[in-house]
Amino acid sequence: MSTTGESPVPSLTVERSSMRHLADAQVGVELDTGDMILNLGPQHPATHGTLRIVVRLDGERVVSADPVIGYMHRGYEKLTEFRTYPQVTTLINRIDWLSSFANEVPFMTAAEQLMAIEAPPRAVYIRTVLTELSRIATFLLFLGEMGLQVGALTPAFYGFRDREYVLNLIEAATGGRFHPNFNRIGGLKDDLPWGWIAECRSTMKVVLDACDDFEDLVLGNEIFEARTQGIGIIPASVGAGYGVSGSNLRASGVDWDLRRDRPYLAYPEVDFQVWTHPDGDSYSRYWVRLQETREAARIVLQCLDQIPSGPIMAKVPRIIKVPEGEVWVETENPLGQMGYYVISKGATGPFRVKIRSASFSNVSTLPWLLRGVYVPDVITILASLYFILGDIDR
Amino acid sequence: MPTIPKPKLPGLIGGLGVTLKTMLRPAVTVQYPHEKESPAPRARGVIALKEENCTVCMLCARQCPDWCIYIEGHKEQRPPRREGGRPRSVSILDRFDIDYALCMYCGICVEVCPFDALFWSPEYEYSEFQISRMLHDKVKLGEWMETVPEPEPLETGAESGKR
Amino acid sequence: MTLALSIGWGSTLAIKTIVVLTVIPLGALILGYVFLLKMMSHMQSRLGPMDPGGFHGWYQLVGDGLKFLQKEDVMPAQADRRVFAVAPAVVVMSTFLVFLVIPMGPDLVVKDLDVGVFYALAVSSLSVVGVLMAGWASANKFALLGALRAAAQLIAYELPLLLAVVGVVIQAGTMSLQGIVLSQQHGKIFGWGGLGEPFLLTQFVGLALFLVASQAELTQTPFDMPVAESELVAGYMVEYTGFRFLFFFIGEFGTAFAFAAIAATLFLGGWAIPGVHGDWANILGPPVLFAKLMIIAFFMFWVRFTYPRLREDQLQAVAWKFLIPLGLANILLTGLFKVAF
Repeated sequence: MSTTGESPVPSLTVERSSMRHLADAQVGVELDTGDMILNLGPQHPATHGTLRIVVRLDGERVVSADPVIGYMHRGYEKLTEFRTYPQVTTLINRIDWLSSFANEVPFMTAAEQLMAIEAPPRAVYIRTVLTELSRIATFLLFLGEMGLQVGALTPAFYGFRDREYVLNLIEAATGGRFHPNFNRIGGLKDDLPWGWIAECRSTMKVVLDACDDFEDLVLGNEIFEARTQGIGIIPASVGAGYGVSGSNLRASGVDWDLRRDRPYLAYPEVDFQVWTHPDGDSYSRYWVRLQETREAARIVLQCLDQIPSGPIMAKVPRIIKVPEGEVWVETENPLGQMGYYVISKGATGPFRVKIRSASFSNVSTLPWLLRGVYVPDVITILASLYFILGDIDR
Repeated sequence: MPTIPKPKLPGLIGGLGVTLKTMLRPAVTVQYPHEKESPAPRARGVIALKEENCTVCMLCARQCPDWCIYIEGHKEQRPPRREGGRPRSVSILDRFDIDYALCMYCGICVEVCPFDALFWSPEYEYSEFQISRMLHDKVKLGEWMETVPEPEPLETGAESGKR
Repeated sequence: MTLALSIGWGSTLAIKTIVVLTVIPLGALILGYVFLLKMMSHMQSRLGPMDPGGFHGWYQLVGDGLKFLQKEDVMPAQADRRVFAVAPAVVVMSTFLVFLVIPMGPDLVVKDLDVGVFYALAVSSLSVVGVLMAGWASANKFALLGALRAAAQLIAYELPLLLAVVGVVIQAGTMSLQGIVLSQQHGKIFGWGGLGEPFLLTQFVGLALFLVASQAELTQTPFDMPVAESELVAGYMVEYTGFRFLFFFIGEFGTAFAFAAIAATLFLGGWAIPGVHGDWANILGPPVLFAKLMIIAFFMFWVRFTYPRLREDQLQAVAWKFLIPLGLANILLTGLFKVAF
């Protein structure tokens, strides 16, 4: 039925026949006696954006699956060559648009390392709080829409409803719900408005209640368990081989979290638990993300207790020219590990930025993962991997 | 499998309880346009221009990632302030348009202006039926100044009045 | 009928036809509005339609219906024209035929057949034919696959439906729906006749089976894999637009209305209020039946909006391996109790 890890080394040979069918994949194929090609096309409710998966079916089972990406390629790495650092920040927001603040942090940290500047502690704590808020916002959406993909209509609405509270918080602090554009080299643009910390505390209580609701409504549901347990198992070695990261890898039992193992921002100062699950199926991915949402709320509450007073921005010159150098910064984004390799030649903008996005590697497991599963399970697996097209294609 | 110790009803019944509970609570919908939510004071709704502060330095137009600000100006000579001095040259703003069809609301222009001529306002209801009307000229941008909120107090622990 | 008019059989037939023809769309509309638009919305923390018609959007579905009526009639070029046109009518026709036997009062029934329950279940499975016709005539491979899946599901769940009802028939001693209502009204619980004897008390397993099986018959979540093929492709209704799609919609909600009415009649006592007979029962019967069926429909739609959907093979496994043995055990126990007491 579903994929079980037969050999520790993932098979990366491409079948010639599947490549041939890629060329003539089309919608509305004549009914022939061979395998049928199904185009989960770029416009499809199940693929979270413009992802195209060309699936060859034998009756109900998938014989081979080839994802076709690039429908949303915007040329980010080229665009960054002609923009200054503040302008690049506005672009970076839009890579993973659900957790935009988390995208800015590694890039700004890279620029700060090149300039040998450290952001003041208050800015570091507020960055941590906003990163965890964006993690909560992303995961609430996931908790809702995975229920939707499996067939339950209501969890999606709960996810969006509770996400609104978090987005309102982000808007009150930064001015933008989705694209905060709040990080600057050396710190943050503004300090928090009056009353924000109290508002944040009460919103975290709402988030924790919402997580309990999701546990009752979706996770504990026997039908959901029947649909997701044993589906889409990623063995730890296969996942690590493909570069899967984040919650997907932790759901396969690998105890790896950059926040704890390569600490950055204010994570060394807070206590948090890294959640893993030994199974590696779709159910465990949902379970891990639910626990991480709760953990993120707890991290926020701890940070709010510990925010020091002080300036928000380090001393930086008016016109920022980053000195020459190269640096690689990696952080634990909601979707996985995101990294930036920044090369600077002393100008006001970067010379070259290479973006390592988590979803690109997560999606590369699809040809291996989708062999031999039923067609409805394809939807479940896509939902449980949780990728964002902007993150895959950039 | 790691479990969270909590007594549970059979999952199917528990799920029904959640939906029933939500049904009995009031809905969270805000019935726009009959009722409106007011966004946060810092919300980036529209940019307002205070024309007397603008010196036509063109920094905002240069820094805009989308190049959506169109500025034209000229210099005029003014008589010297004292007898025997040089005539002063003053920059006059002829045209200051922001094309909100291009603007991505990043705020770089507001931030880099050295003379505090641009402000954010949380107004968001300025949709038009024609794209050409999304180009706001300096008169309209001046009208948005009335909606700019007062700078709000900051949270405890912040250094006052600084960035 | 103790009214002071004597009406010939022709006028009676006309009145009954008009009643059935209006009750179905009206019932479908009411069910659609109350449960699909309003109850679902409140379960999802939102309001649903509020503007059409001014008061909480009651006009929404009527407006939708009018909108469908004025759409262009599109038919695929390779479709089988006659079958394509007739298929929605077959589905709706089976709903209308079910209403012939549902009693709304001691005398308010179109025709009280002696095999009422048998007839109702037999006729409601005519919709399978309509679904297959729709899938075949669409000349669309995916519509055909969706129709075959739907047919497999509908046929598989006919059995638990029937087995659930057999328990009631054993307890009532008759298959006529009017007879079942009367036996509930005149029955006694341990010698006390105040509440009648709704079969809910003894046939709760049967009620649960009936509700689950009717969820599957209506292709509602958690059994809506044929219709949520729109995850991948669209179901058997993909090529239908406008007026014909409206027929399918009325068929779906009309059948929900019909099944809720049958469940209310079989398990809750239908139009009967204990102690009310004769003309008052004729006047109060329809509202009472309506209230009882709304309760049943509430449960059906509550489940629909809460649960995810089962995969097709899990769905069949639930029917054949779990529900049918449960139904058979229920019949065995009912028979034993009926003979023993």
